Parts: sequence; C-alpha cells; structure tokens
Amino acid sequence: MSTSELDRQWTTRLRRRAVSKIPPEKMLPDTQPSYVSSWIYVFGVATISALIVVIATGCILALRGPTWWHGSDVGHFVNSLHLWSVEIFFFSMVIHLWGKYFMAAWRGGRAMTWITGMVLFLVSIVTALTGYVSQSNFDSQWISTQAKDAINSSGGGAYFNLLNFGQMLMWHIVLLPLALVFLVAVHVVLVRIKGVVPPFEVNPRSDHE
Amino acid sequence: MSRKGFRPDVDAPEWKGGHTPYDILKEGTIALVVIGILTVLLAVVFGSPDQPAITLKSWSNAAPVDFATTALSELNGTSTTAAYGAPYNVQPASASQSLGFLKLEHWVGVRIPIDAANDFVVDPLKTLPYGPVLHSSLKNWKSASTSTRAKWVANYTKASANMKFTDGKIVVNATNAGPVPVMISDLTTMARNGALDQALLTGDSFYSTDYTDSLLFISDGNYLSTLATKDHLQGNQWGVMNETGSYPGSAWLWLYTFWYQIPPFSTSGNGDILVLAVMVLLTAGLTLMPFIPGLRSIPRRSRVYRLIWREHYRNLK
Repeated sequence: MSTSELDRQWTTRLRRRAVSKIPPEKMLPDTQPSYVSSWIYVFGVATISALIVVIATGCILALRGPTWWHGSDVGHFVNSLHLWSVEIFFFSMVIHLWGKYFMAAWRGGRAMTWITGMVLFLVSIVTALTGYVSQSNFDSQWISTQAKDAINSSGGGAYFNLLNFGQMLMWHIVLLPLALVFLVAVHVVLVRIKGVVPPFEVNPRSDHE
Repeated sequence: MSRKGFRPDVDAPEWKGGHTPYDILKEGTIALVVIGILTVLLAVVFGSPDQPAITLKSWSNAAPVDFATTALSELNGTSTTAAYGAPYNVQPASASQSLGFLKLEHWVGVRIPIDAANDFVVDPLKTLPYGPVLHSSLKNWKSASTSTRAKWVANYTKASANMKFTDGKIVVNATNAGPVPVMISDLTTMARNGALDQALLTGDSFYSTDYTDSLLFISDGNYLSTLATKDHLQGNQWGVMNETGSYPGSAWLWLYTFWYQIPPFSTSGNGDILVLAVMVLLTAGLTLMPFIPGLRSIPRRSRVYRLIWREHYRNLK
C-alpha cells in the first residue's frame, strides 16, 4: 500500500485531524494554568459525575422495567438514587453555568463551548420532564396533564405528546440520553481544545488598557 | 498584554504565567465517589415520592357524581377536552392559544383526533357485554338525529344539577332525556368496575402504552385537581416545579413557574404561549450572550469574577 493511498484514507485523515486539533496532552492534561484555583471549577466535574450516577441508576431501573420500582423496596431505593442524582446534577450544572457566566467564559473563541453548555441545560430540562411523566404515578398524571397545555400552545404537542407514556419513556431512556451524552462529549472536547478561560487581567496592569 | 483592538468581553488575554500539576483522572474519580456517596446519603435519608396513580375506577368510586358530571360534559361537549381544539379536535381558532397573529396550535391542526362524546362515552359502552336496556339505548342514540341528541343531552344537563348517587347508581330526575340517563349511569358503573380503564387504553389494540384518552378524561374532572391542590401542585401554587410530598421537585424551573404567578400570564387565556415566548426570548438571550454587546459586558462590569479568581488577583498584587 503506497503512502499516498494511506493519505487518502478517511480513517487516516480523521485521525490526523483529530490529533492535530486535540493532541493527547490537551485531552488528558497533567498541568493546568495556575489561575484555575477556585471552588467554582468543582461544579463542572461534579455535573458530569452526577450524570454518570443518573445514567447508571437509570440503567438499573431499565433492567426491570418502568413499573418495577412501585412494588419493590430495592426498586424504590434505586428510584430514590435516580431522583437525588438528578437533583445534584441540576444543582451542580446551574452553579457551573452561572460561574462560567461571571467568568465570561465565552471569551477567546469559546462561544461554542458556552452555547453547547446552554443547549445541554435545555436538553437536560426536557429529559427531566420526560422522566417525571414516565414515573407512572400521580406526579406523572398531574405533570403531564398540566404541562401538555404549554407544549400544545406551541404546536409541539401534536408530535411530542406528554400523555403518551410509551413515547415519553422512549424519549427519556433512549433519544434524550443519547443527545445528552453526545453534547457532553462535544462540550468537554471543546473545553480541552480551547482550555480554561483566563481571568480578565492576567498581568498586574489591565490587559486591555 | 496591551494591544489595539482587544475586546475585553470577546477576547481573552494570553496566559503566560505558571502552571500547576493537575491529575484530571484522579479529580474525576474523586468527584464520582463523592457524588455517589452524597446521592446514597440523600436517597437513604429522604427517599422519593410515589403517590399511586389514580384510575377511572378509583375516581368513580371515590367521587361518582364528579365522574358522572364529567362524563356528561364529554357528551354535551362542554368538557375541556371536548372544547380544546388542536391538536385534539376541530374548534374555531379562538379556542386555541395565540401570540398575536401567531396561532401555532391552531395551524398545526388536529393530529391526535379525539371525539370526546364517542371516544369517552359511546364507544366504551359498546364494549360492555349485551344488556337489553343499554343495547336499546345505544341503538336509540345511534339512530337519533344530531338535534334530537342535543335536546336529550340538554334536558339531562338541566336536571343534572340535582344529580345523586344512591344505591350504587347515578340518579337524575330528567324528563325527555332519551337514552342519556342509562348511558351516564352505565358508564359510571362500568368505570366503578374498572372496565372503562381497559376500554380507553386498549380500544384499538391489545398492547398499548398510550394513556392520552384516559388522562384527558381524568383531567376533565375535579377529582384530580382537588388532590393536586392538597399537594400544592396547582399552577398558582408554583405547581410546575413541585412534586408530591416535601421534595425539591424541578427547582430548575423556578423562573418558568414564576411567570405563572403574575399578570398578565396568570390571567390571560394565552398564558402558556406568553410564558413560553418570554422564556424562549430569555433563553435565546442567555445562549447568544457572547454575541450581544452590552449584555456580554455584565460579567466584567459586575466584577464578580474577582471573587472567583481572588487567589489569582491576590497574587497579581
């Protein structure tokens, strides 16, 4: 096989492009700028950690089916783990979001990192909503019958029917988690490519005077 | 670094300072363990709510008059579902919510067709085992003209103010109401036996996971709403972000829920679409913040960042 043939391969081109965009030392760094020293930075990794727990507990619930947790103490406990990991996930994400806002973390060509983070927040809200209406209990009944009016008012209820348990469950356990995991991957890769945004001033005198 | 054309809210200064060791995998592992332990602790201490779903059977047994009144409203077309409009049934554009000239709900049209009278009352009754009285009533209903049906239903509706539930039966002293008394009474009995839950769920197929009909019927009555009020779940009780019991619920929806507490959103017939429009605008503003002059300067002008990077700024001094 000639070198030029290798050069034309999709796989070769993709690997070279990926490695040039995000070399291993950027993807898995072993140092960081010294300004990255604040508790606020904890909430990004806390959000991802909570998401891992959310997915793990959701997988356990999925193993036994959507109504298992109503009649099983173990199932109910797993549901409690799922609920509280979701609460921690949102708590961490909201603090992470506002922290990044006050850092103006979009600076220095990081706008897409900010935007993917915002889209992640929105997709997470929809995922949580589909979870609430898939619980198959009183909360599901009330939330679905109330929230349908808002979705219907936008015309979306015709295609995204909160009262259709099967449709909502599929969105909750397949489509939206896939979207979330994909977006998290893009978001993290963007953070690694661009690095953590520096403070407004990095020298004793203002940098933008 | 001082250079011309530097936009402090768009550009970032180049970091030429020092670096510190950073073990990203160790940090991730520690975070996962800590979050895992915190989750277990919260789950053990607080658990999670699971109030059983109500059924047409439980509703009609707990509040038979409310059930029968709701069934009547499906038949006479006054229930929320019967008069909803898109996506459930054909109604004038004014029945749907609109935002100025934008009538999105109406434009999408009927996509989940529901004929409340037939789907919730007449068709389920047809699934009952043969009974001469009901059979003859349904035959009369089927053969009657629309105006005759309307007259029967109107006469029954007028008399239903004194509806009672006696000896396991719905009793209304209605005259000239045709088959309507039998239909409402038998539907109530059917619901109390649990047969209506099945009929609405498996009307088209043995397998079903679509509860649209049952949920719309249940939400048309007062029973669900009364229980929700007790659990502080109504819209004017910040209900969108609450759940049963004392749990944090969807606290992240606080701003969305906030608009429902104040006029004009709380009083307008277009409240839902108005709230959605405001939230879409605010969300778009936050998402596109990096590109909006003025707004993107707020973080720098607020100087909250000096708190976040206080160690860095202390070192600068």
